[in-house]
Amino acid sequence: MNWMSFDTALPIIFMALMGLSMLVYVISDGYDLGVGMLMHRATDAEKDVMIASIGPFWDANETWLVLGVGILLIAFPRAHGVVLGELYLPVALMLIGLMLRGVAFDFRVKAKDAHKRTWDRLFFAGSTLAAVSQGWMLGRYVSGFGSGWNYPLFAAAIAVALPMAYVLMGATWLVMKTEGELQERAVHWARVAWAPMVGGMLLISMATPWISQIVRERWFELPEVIALMAIPLMTGVALFAVRGVLHSPAVLGPLCWLPFVLLIIVFVLGFLGLAYSIYPYVVIGQMTIWQASSSPEALKVILIGVCISVPAIAGYTVFSYRVFRGKTGALSYA
Amino acid sequence: MDALILARMQFAANITFHILFPTISIALGWLLLFFRLRWLKTRLGPDKAAAQGWLDAYRFWTKVFALSFALGVVSGITMSFQFGTNWPGFMEHVGNIAGPLLGYEVLTAFFLEAGFLGVMLFGHGKVSERVHLMATFFVAFGTTLSAFWILALNSWMQTPAGYEIEGGVYHVKSWVEVIFNPSFPYRFTHMVLASALTCAFLITGLSAWQLLRGVGQRSAPHVLRVGLTLAALLIPVQIVVGDAHGLNTLEHQPAKIAAMEGVWDTERSAPLLLFAIPDQASRSNHFEVKVPKLASLILTHELDGEIKGLNSFGDAHPPPLPLFFAFRVMVGMGVLMLATSWFGWWCYRRAKWQPAGLPRALLWLFAAMTFAGWVATVAGWYVTEIGRQPFIVYGLLRTADVASKVPSAMIGLTLALYVTLYVALILAYVTVLKYMAEKPEVALAEEARDEAAMPVVTAGGRA
Repeated sequence: MNWMSFDTALPIIFMALMGLSMLVYVISDGYDLGVGMLMHRATDAEKDVMIASIGPFWDANETWLVLGVGILLIAFPRAHGVVLGELYLPVALMLIGLMLRGVAFDFRVKAKDAHKRTWDRLFFAGSTLAAVSQGWMLGRYVSGFGSGWNYPLFAAAIAVALPMAYVLMGATWLVMKTEGELQERAVHWARVAWAPMVGGMLLISMATPWISQIVRERWFELPEVIALMAIPLMTGVALFAVRGVLHSPAVLGPLCWLPFVLLIIVFVLGFLGLAYSIYPYVVIGQMTIWQASSSPEALKVILIGVCISVPAIAGYTVFSYRVFRGKTGALSYA
Repeated sequence: MDALILARMQFAANITFHILFPTISIALGWLLLFFRLRWLKTRLGPDKAAAQGWLDAYRFWTKVFALSFALGVVSGITMSFQFGTNWPGFMEHVGNIAGPLLGYEVLTAFFLEAGFLGVMLFGHGKVSERVHLMATFFVAFGTTLSAFWILALNSWMQTPAGYEIEGGVYHVKSWVEVIFNPSFPYRFTHMVLASALTCAFLITGLSAWQLLRGVGQRSAPHVLRVGLTLAALLIPVQIVVGDAHGLNTLEHQPAKIAAMEGVWDTERSAPLLLFAIPDQASRSNHFEVKVPKLASLILTHELDGEIKGLNSFGDAHPPPLPLFFAFRVMVGMGVLMLATSWFGWWCYRRAKWQPAGLPRALLWLFAAMTFAGWVATVAGWYVTEIGRQPFIVYGLLRTADVASKVPSAMIGLTLALYVTLYVALILAYVTVLKYMAEKPEVALAEEARDEAAMPVVTAGGRA
């Protein structure tokens, strides 16, 4: 095989960057959306701790979405129009959900006590709306925006499964970040969310090849299938490990971080599987990354900025998580 | 209604809502840095009350900043999607130019702000004072850098330069020319000053409100002085910059000026219309009230200078009615701000910076002007954005040609949803600001005492 030229490789680099941003977004906003969806099950005092546990992070978490969609917009302008045109309504609903929860987050601590409950409800509603819309969008995207009775059904299934995955993420985040009664409750929530999330993931893994011919050809061909088996196998092992840890007493003590970390591994594996299914398309079956990309000159200019800022972003993201590591205390403005 | 108008209204609703909050956070970041530095400077000195006042001011305005920033972030996310949902053709044609500019905005600025914001808001006592100060600086610097990139792109759409076109797709010839296009220096300066003035009136107005309600005794006198001084200093600068911006527009976008001034036929010694109702159907003005030759004098700095009329642009000119009024609202607001800030500053100085020496009516006036900056800024943006129509990239690419093919019913539905949400959020924002301002400072002081007793814990030390 010949080495491709740098110009041809540029869209691949940006596809990888976009994928990485989306992955980081799904993991990081996943846990805080999940915490939002668990809000209505907590007492008022617990709500404050839950909010405090995600307080320093949620702003930065959502900027990964802006970065991911931003790369779609700036590196693959032709695809941006197609994808967001197809997803017009769910995008609008997701944005409204994200706005509601973002502002509810800030208003609830500043508003009168009488209004606090309303903002808490809006925080829950916004988180759920955003997560469900994202699930629907993922479902439509993975199935190439096909039409027919089975496609909306598939999207609807993912619209339920993804919020479940977020809830599980959120619960394990709380297991890691909180103590005492709330931590015990979070373990319980995580145990409850485990089965639907695994069921959803199984369903999607089986339905994706059924719904999309391209995916089917990718996954069930010899000899690739043997090497590829590693992904679902490792995912399965990680998921059962999550279950095992959740049912062991050590989860309240030294192993409180383990379920969360294992879930991150599950998400990364799921992402790799998805990337394998889709590449080199940016819109499955319609448009490859080379057809959709901006000119190499423009991509090079953006790449310079990326090379400077992505390490910086990574650096201070680590810094920020270090500063706020450990169990969550009361959160107050300096 | 046709889909194009609806899509434009939806985008307009979104950018109108969005711009309110960056306008506050751009300048407020620097003000926070200033309050913090004042506190650091005074806390070891003899005047403990003043030091406490600056610290109270920092605490209170940090909350306002957090709230404004959150609203800016969430409405900003909407923008990055609406480029694609509303104007898919825009990125297809000019993606090579707009893409990197937007990309740099997200990469360098957005992340700088959001990343350090957590440390700035909640990191006190978890990081050293120096690190905290640095975080505050980076947040302020990041918001300003955001404005730089976005205004570079917006100015390029108004006065495109440094590009070449191949088969309908725009390519960059020179990045320096693209970024520092003819209108950029004027628009950037105008906007940064607008932000500073918006904040100056916001802090003046809310401090006046606190004094009227008998709260904020420690911080409000200081903040009021900062706000009035800032406003009084910057508004003359803003008027000079605005005038220069107008001359620049006359050179590059004469149709916009003609619409702003309600000039239909090209004329010399054009009168300044104080009031009129421009009528696009009859291509004339109703109910004109005018001052002879003044428009020519203001715009060309000559009594008999020529101003091109709308009729000389065919159909390629913006609708005059909204421009005419938006421009007058902006200028009127500017004059009002000039009068209020100068008179207010003079009175406050005469009262030896003691709020007790100010007439209550004056405090009420300040309070009434709390959001004056918003009105002027939004009116100004309407002038510049509607004034670019019917083009999305002035003179080159028409808005109608890049619009999406989404059915108008769907745009209408989401428009209704967005507008309802935006109105509710603006009301909530103003209400919460008022509520926070009226909270007595006792609660803040208790927090402060705890903190003074607590040694600075190293990173991650507090469980």
